[in-house]
Amino acid sequence: MSVKLNTRQVGDVSVVDVAGRITLGEGSSALRDTLRDMVTKDHKKILLNLGEVSYIDSSGIGELVSGFTTVTNNGGELKLLNLNKRVKDLLSITKLYTVFDVHEDEAAAIRSFA
Amino acid sequence: MRHEPEIVERSLDSTLESVDSAEEIAVSAAQRAGFDEDDLMRIGMAVRESMVNAVVHGNRYSEHKKVRFSVANRAQRFTVRIADEGAGFDFDHLPDPLAPENLLRTSGRGIFLIRSFMDEFLVRRLEPSGTEVTLVKYLVSK
Repeated sequence: MSVKLNTRQVGDVSVVDVAGRITLGEGSSALRDTLRDMVTKDHKKILLNLGEVSYIDSSGIGELVSGFTTVTNNGGELKLLNLNKRVKDLLSITKLYTVFDVHEDEAAAIRSFA
Repeated sequence: MRHEPEIVERSLDSTLESVDSAEEIAVSAAQRAGFDEDDLMRIGMAVRESMVNAVVHGNRYSEHKKVRFSVANRAQRFTVRIADEGAGFDFDHLPDPLAPENLLRTSGRGIFLIRSFMDEFLVRRLEPSGTEVTLVKYLVSK
């Protein structure tokens, strides 16, 4: 299974539910397109729910970083929600865990946006 | 669980489908060799990253170039070899992806992940062109 992305609005926060594999090719480009589209539409508060992501490779990590940078440069915030152990481990060994604002509870994550 | 020697060899097209195939073959063989779930993930990802390097950076998706791929499980050593036909690049002078100035780079983590996940990582230049990487995971940790 490749990646599936579903976007929903909770107040002024855009939540992107991501499921499947974020890998080079279809998976990472779908995530990139979704985030760029949101930035184009001036969404400032974006929460990426990675709870159903089964696999992410270095290209997928690159897309997370790219999305973070694009949203931040546009004056917005991109936060991560529900990382499984593998994704958490990957972000830890690449020292990105502290770069992202990571949450385990959606309601708390929504409240954390300024 | 099976521990007798096993060797798989394939000549793969320079496509992203080959990346998936190689990962599946390696993970299946590693599973038969007796690796646990965490190691299967590490081996799978190391093979995926190496295949991406061969297909994308080495052979540049050329339909005229192949990726030679082999998996061998012998004497507690699980070995994967991946060879492309590209011009090659300098593995010894890659930017450190953990350096603060590189943390927000969108690429450059593949080799770091391979080295993190495998027990051995060897690179050999091929003549007249190409690069062969050898990935080794020990079935019993050092």
